[in-house]
Amino acid sequence: MGAITPKEDYTNIPHETFDAVIVGGGGSGMRASYQLAQAGLKVAVLTKVFPTRSHTVAAQGGIGASLGNMQEDNWHYHFYDTVKGSDWLGDQDAIEYMTREAPQVVYELEHMGMPFDRNADGTIYQRPFGGHSANYGEKAVPRACAAADRTGHALLHTLYQSNVKMGTQFFVEWIALDLIRNEAGDVLGVTAIDQETGKIAVFQAKATLFATGGAGRVYRASTNAYINTGDGLGMAARAGIPLQDMEFWQFHPTGVAGAGVLLTEGCRGEGAILRNDAGEPFMERYAPTLKDLAPRDFVSRSMDQEIKEGRGCGPKKDYILLDMTHLGAETIMKRLPSVFEIGKKFANVDITKEPIPVVPTIHYQMGGIPTNIHGQVVVPEGSETEAFAAHYDKDSDIYSTNAGDRNFTKPVKGFYAIGECSCVSVHGANRLGTNSLLDLVVFGKAAGEHIIDYVTKHHGDEYQPLPTTVLEQTVARIRKLDDSSTGENAQEVADAIRDIVQDHAGVFRTTALLEEGVKQILAIEPRVRNIHLKDKSKVFNTARVEALEVENLYEVAKATLISAAARKECRGAHTVVDFEESPDHPAYPYGRRDDEWMKHTLWFSSDNRLEYKPVRYKPLSVAAIPPKPRTF
Amino acid sequence: MSRGTRTFNIYRYDPDKDAAPYMQTFKLELTDKHRMLLDALLALKVQDESLTFRRSCREGICGSDGVNINGKNGLACLWNLNDLPEVITVRPLPGLPVVKDLVVDMNQFYDQYNKIHPFLINNQPAPPKERLQSPEEREHLDGLYECILCACCSTSCPSFWWNPDKFLGPSALLNAYRFIIDSRDTATQERLARLDDPFSLFRCKGIMNCVSVCPKGLNPTKAIGHIRNMLLDVAG
Repeated sequence: MGAITPKEDYTNIPHETFDAVIVGGGGSGMRASYQLAQAGLKVAVLTKVFPTRSHTVAAQGGIGASLGNMQEDNWHYHFYDTVKGSDWLGDQDAIEYMTREAPQVVYELEHMGMPFDRNADGTIYQRPFGGHSANYGEKAVPRACAAADRTGHALLHTLYQSNVKMGTQFFVEWIALDLIRNEAGDVLGVTAIDQETGKIAVFQAKATLFATGGAGRVYRASTNAYINTGDGLGMAARAGIPLQDMEFWQFHPTGVAGAGVLLTEGCRGEGAILRNDAGEPFMERYAPTLKDLAPRDFVSRSMDQEIKEGRGCGPKKDYILLDMTHLGAETIMKRLPSVFEIGKKFANVDITKEPIPVVPTIHYQMGGIPTNIHGQVVVPEGSETEAFAAHYDKDSDIYSTNAGDRNFTKPVKGFYAIGECSCVSVHGANRLGTNSLLDLVVFGKAAGEHIIDYVTKHHGDEYQPLPTTVLEQTVARIRKLDDSSTGENAQEVADAIRDIVQDHAGVFRTTALLEEGVKQILAIEPRVRNIHLKDKSKVFNTARVEALEVENLYEVAKATLISAAARKECRGAHTVVDFEESPDHPAYPYGRRDDEWMKHTLWFSSDNRLEYKPVRYKPLSVAAIPPKPRTF
Repeated sequence: MSRGTRTFNIYRYDPDKDAAPYMQTFKLELTDKHRMLLDALLALKVQDESLTFRRSCREGICGSDGVNINGKNGLACLWNLNDLPEVITVRPLPGLPVVKDLVVDMNQFYDQYNKIHPFLINNQPAPPKERLQSPEEREHLDGLYECILCACCSTSCPSFWWNPDKFLGPSALLNAYRFIIDSRDTATQERLARLDDPFSLFRCKGIMNCVSVCPKGLNPTKAIGHIRNMLLDVAG
């Protein structure tokens, strides 16, 4: 393919055209590309790393689906658990869609060859997981379909293999840089850089699908891979697309203390217990029914509460112990072999013999690019800025999504997003374990189907003319780095961003801290714009890539802090001490203020403006689950 | 807290400016932050941002950071600095073309993987639910499906160095056996037939470097042995 170097004239744009360009070769991107390649579409998958190195590979515990292989289960229970897990910020239509589709997409993965563990009767093995219950919260139910503690690895490799079978065209180690939109706002593709040669090029497509993953590296301590810098979020934000619900970040209860490496919730699914310094299994106090298998926001808060009250473990009393010693070496080696390895390598702990130190660690971004259940990116119609008026009838306990006549979900033509970079919103204010892998395949498939329909039926063979300024932004950014002779080190600026987010938007937040965080993150902008690239080489210049990533990370950091500072309540993973209330508060259980705040945040990069849009409270076919106090 | 200073000799090569590769010496004072070799490499990249290597998950599951450490292939993120001597020499994985510094061109390796048809083939219509597989049948996949495609094994194999285009190498063969032995796969004979030539599999001389370097503790030589026996059974 033709490509140009940054120093060359960019008015004569060499570019290649595709039916669809997918940015990101992880679980959701490859589920979509499989669908598109199978339909015979011309597809390009741009992927920052070789596909099997995407962060989906690190998912451990399982993929949620109500197969009912171990105990009676059905999608209604899964639907209920997910709505409740989301603390009623999830859109109930999307949650119904995902939980209903779940068994089908899991069977499809199995048919593709995914090596699930098995039961004696030959069916897929399922284990209990946090927040998953039978009969609407009555007791824990095994719903996580597992391949030992390597479910993400098994899933990602299976999807890659299926794409090899279909002959999908991958552009490996190509990094998308900017979204191309025309004056009407339609998305026409992306600009990208080939890491191996340093050349940039234009990928034009009828449909552009972002599957770029999360931005967990916006925190200092993270379970996430180094590559998770929120590239899709940065590109979308710079192109005028709002980011939704970015104040909601999941702290996974069990990151290895000090190292940040994840230990799956499957540990507790197999029976592991969290203990404080007195050896007490303290989750019984906080969640009498589900105990250690309460949802992650709940468990992380309980752990931090124990630490705050002086019951943490170790010389500094700053961690909690995860105890698996009673599970027996046989179960551990069969069901949790990677956890055993991680314990040995990253904590010098033999988990069969002693408990392992853990702390809540940033793991997942619930927010992202707003979409509908077809993966189409949706934005509010027009540019009205009037505040969203909530319609909550306390007497009837009915929350109306009627927010005037404004259409909040106008699709952006040609633009799709799926997976962790998107916000559909099935996770709301807190994601349940195993719903992440599920989200990837359900909406990867749904977006694939919609794109096939869009490209074949509605779009014909026409490619819209590219704007004359198509490369301006990209080239300007690259030239600025190439021309820099003094300035800031990219990694130091990135670390400063991470420190600000980590120190101001933690498990327990305060209004004062959040407002200070906003001040600091806005003040750091000159440093972000003044990065000096010392290494100007063309071939495989990872320093250049890291410098470009900082700009994406910065968009995510601003979205996170500004959205969080504005939300004056406690909901899911967003707990602001100033607004905490008791679980039995008549109007605001745990401080959740449904009358005012049962709505999605939209943050716009151009002016740091916030708008709010209603939660989609009405499911597709069943009755809505009304908000209630969230006890477990 | 300082844990003393280490010396790192690192292979450097930028095709745009270096006529030939060379070794560059770095010093790094280790602190508590530097647990694994990857932590040290990241710290050295702060000293010299042109130092180039791949990395992603930093927990040994993505397979990005395979390098040659004091003569032995391994993942930088799983190699504890306490297990390494005072002087640490890091080179790219041997046997593949170097793109830059510690980054090698993996295409040859991936091409061999693709040749084994690394996907389940089942000529029966899919059932409405999962295909059943007994725990015993599933157990045959253990020690096979966990491959992370890091290439540590294949690039430690002298047979692969000599014939990287014709000998599939330990990783691809391990993956070939993963599908041959899967009770759900119906293409066993075709898969075996594709391997039945002097090079694809039979260039394996049982040197077992692959076994000693696999960061996931897998045993490609054993898998190759199983395929070899199946091929001989077919022939016999």
